[in-house]
Amino acid sequence: MTFSSILIQLLNGLAAASSLFLVSAGLSLIFGVTRIVNFAHGSLYMLGLYGAYTLIELLGRTPLGFWSAVVLSALAVGLVGVLIELLVLRRIYRAPELFQLLATFAIVLVIKDIALFAWGAEDLVGPRAPGLSNAVEIMGKRVPAYDLLLIAIGPVVLAAIWLLLTRTRWGALVRAATQDREMVGALGVDQAKLFTSVFFVGAVLAGLGGALQIPREPANLELDLAVIADAFVVTVVGGLGSIGGAFLAAVIIGVAKAFCIGIGTVTWFGVEISFSKLTLVVEFLIMALVLVVRPYGLLGRPQAAQRVAAEPAPPFTVPSWSFALVWLALLLVVPWVADRYTAILLTDIVCFALFAVSLHFIMGPAGMVSFGHAAYFGIGAYAAGLLLKRAGLPMEAALLIAPLVAGAFAIVYGWFCVRLSGVYLAMLTLAFAQISWSIVFQWDSVTGGSNGVFGVWPSAWLADKTVYYYLALGLCGAGVALLWRVMFSPFGFVLRAGRDSPLRAEAIGIDLRRFQWAAFVLAGALAGLAGAVYAFSKGSISPSTISIAQSTDGLVMVLLGGVETLTGPVVGAAIFTWLRDVVARNTEFWRAVIGLVILLIVLLFPQGLVGGLKALAMRWREGRA
Amino acid sequence: MSNAVLLVEGLHKAFGGVQAVADVSFAVSAGEMLALIGPNGAGKSTCFNMLNGQLKPDAGVVRFEGRDIVGLRPRAIWRLGVGRTFQITATFASLSVRENVQMALYSHAGRLRSLLTRFGTAFRTDADALLNQVGMLDQADRTCGVLAYGDLKRVELAIALANQPRLLLMDEPTAGMAPKERVALMELTASLARARNIAVLFTEHDMDVVFSQADRIIVLDRGELIAGGTPEEVRNNPDVRAVYLGSVH
Repeated sequence: MTFSSILIQLLNGLAAASSLFLVSAGLSLIFGVTRIVNFAHGSLYMLGLYGAYTLIELLGRTPLGFWSAVVLSALAVGLVGVLIELLVLRRIYRAPELFQLLATFAIVLVIKDIALFAWGAEDLVGPRAPGLSNAVEIMGKRVPAYDLLLIAIGPVVLAAIWLLLTRTRWGALVRAATQDREMVGALGVDQAKLFTSVFFVGAVLAGLGGALQIPREPANLELDLAVIADAFVVTVVGGLGSIGGAFLAAVIIGVAKAFCIGIGTVTWFGVEISFSKLTLVVEFLIMALVLVVRPYGLLGRPQAAQRVAAEPAPPFTVPSWSFALVWLALLLVVPWVADRYTAILLTDIVCFALFAVSLHFIMGPAGMVSFGHAAYFGIGAYAAGLLLKRAGLPMEAALLIAPLVAGAFAIVYGWFCVRLSGVYLAMLTLAFAQISWSIVFQWDSVTGGSNGVFGVWPSAWLADKTVYYYLALGLCGAGVALLWRVMFSPFGFVLRAGRDSPLRAEAIGIDLRRFQWAAFVLAGALAGLAGAVYAFSKGSISPSTISIAQSTDGLVMVLLGGVETLTGPVVGAAIFTWLRDVVARNTEFWRAVIGLVILLIVLLFPQGLVGGLKALAMRWREGRA
Repeated sequence: MSNAVLLVEGLHKAFGGVQAVADVSFAVSAGEMLALIGPNGAGKSTCFNMLNGQLKPDAGVVRFEGRDIVGLRPRAIWRLGVGRTFQITATFASLSVRENVQMALYSHAGRLRSLLTRFGTAFRTDADALLNQVGMLDQADRTCGVLAYGDLKRVELAIALANQPRLLLMDEPTAGMAPKERVALMELTASLARARNIAVLFTEHDMDVVFSQADRIIVLDRGELIAGGTPEEVRNNPDVRAVYLGSVH
């Protein structure tokens, strides 16, 4: 590589970093003050991009039209942010953290379908920036003038935010709240107003980040999750709540990505290494590295302890035998009397039930929230498919070995993850899931790339859908039973104890990380079993089994049913899978319907469905007594 | 002192340029209640955290029953036979009082790795016996998260006794308790320690507790030990009076 081509890649990277910084700064600001991890932040970016496209069409492709469109779009997204804060989040600031997360997932679903409704499923390619569509010659290479402008915008916005935070009363409040939210509340500051304004500013930044990309990137419906994953990485690498850190991280990641593209394929010692394929993974590698070395990010500080003690999670109650037997009988009898379609739906449900229960196992009792549990589900599915198709193993063997493969990956990923806690742990799980997804997506020759693996059918004796359902019920049911059993074992109690007080666990001789690591591996292996069973029921596997969307589905199932109950995740999985099936058959906009249902549940039952129904039943009983 | 359970020699710790603990040496013998006192910022907590494995000293020796424990993790120190309670209570809030104690008993017996047996079936009577000793048996089935603060302190004491320790480290054991409860808790601690021949090292702000319960007192000021001896000796020590009362003699 010559010096000039290095320079070009550097400029390219910095141009990409600007938008990344804007979104991440907004995310970081909102998290710092409200402690809400806003999953919908990528959706706001997407709206900014779509909004700019439409506004430019309306206002005309002149410099004035273009720039007014960009600014108006960002402001409009800011108002969307205010609406989200007022209508949803304001009502649940006191709810458990995970519920706030669920609410922002629901908003992602709703916004995606609003965008689908308003702009359609096709990618929309925006115009070049009028007056800036030419290229500037730098050291014999041509650099788009617009890129140079973007490079300048990053530091300008950083300076503007810095001035806002250090020179205004609002900024002082934001900084104070970031350090100690309760103290600011105790000093009589109107928190509601502060939160709304922070949401506005954060959303404007996300919208602006999106709108500015209109000449560089087509507006499309996949941007929401792709951008939120990038923004998570940037905020975590930089340190949650640190704007300067977000800038630094955005630059590092933007430049690293650009260099991977610039280097292309090189041959070292006879081995071809494709750096351009690394682009999807490189940011996650950087993040994993940073988190292991500096667990709070480059410029982050350990989070201040929250003084409002969380209500202790109530102990799980064991379902009675009669309750379990009635359900088991139902699950055994229904496919006999119902049609083939019901057997297929029930197979899906039992697979997702095990997936959800395995996620709940590490989230609930062990207190380790995973944003990337689909990694193990997907690896299990792919392992099953590849062992069958590429290694030529019999289906039965593939089905049984697949969970071990998923468990082996969980050994590696888990080793890193249990070193962190809270949001940082969640982000690292997401990073590992994305790395797995990228590998599967790009390794065409083995995994089939974006097409996936086909012809993954079970052996002849299992070909009948009803018979396969019984196999799925047996395997997944055994998996669920095993995990439930372990939750009540000494091992399971150690996980709960460690969630309650790591300090006390250490002080009574418990090496908590080893237990958490083992829990990770167990949950990973059983998620892998669920994935393998699922793969053979569908006959094909696509990369979406490892996608962020699959991970968030799992979270929604667990949270919908309720983290603090044993049966909640199963109920959540059943309702979510059934609802998606029913709604998807009737409307194109099934995501929005599910999103609205989730919002309704979050606002009405902040303890999840099962928890909420239990509380209702208790109130009813007390009312009669 | 050859029969010392805990022997500390020449302990040093500096944070940046601040010497938090300088050349601290003392010993605690079996069955003895030793109080470590000193004004705020004297270095008591730093000193404590170097004994329990939370902090690594810059220099010095910490011997438990003759064995150097510097550099060991807290869990390893516990395994050797050192129990501890925290300034701000640390218990498992979602577990019942009995389960909290059982957790320590399971850990002591190395039986936590079991995946398929049911937790809580073993060590029930042992846990109840410990809870009886600290007067918490009647609340054994309550969740720790709902207990009053003074009761939590007693649960912590029961947990700390679960591994049959020969040394008990108690950082501000009565902080946050009502005055009457404080003396009661330390009387209980003293009687248990004497009955079981446990060496107890505790820090304390309440001088009523210190002077009524400690066998010996050592006084820390600005990182250095300035006095040590029986309560009577310490009470009459002019340096101690200077530290606590200003230089008015």
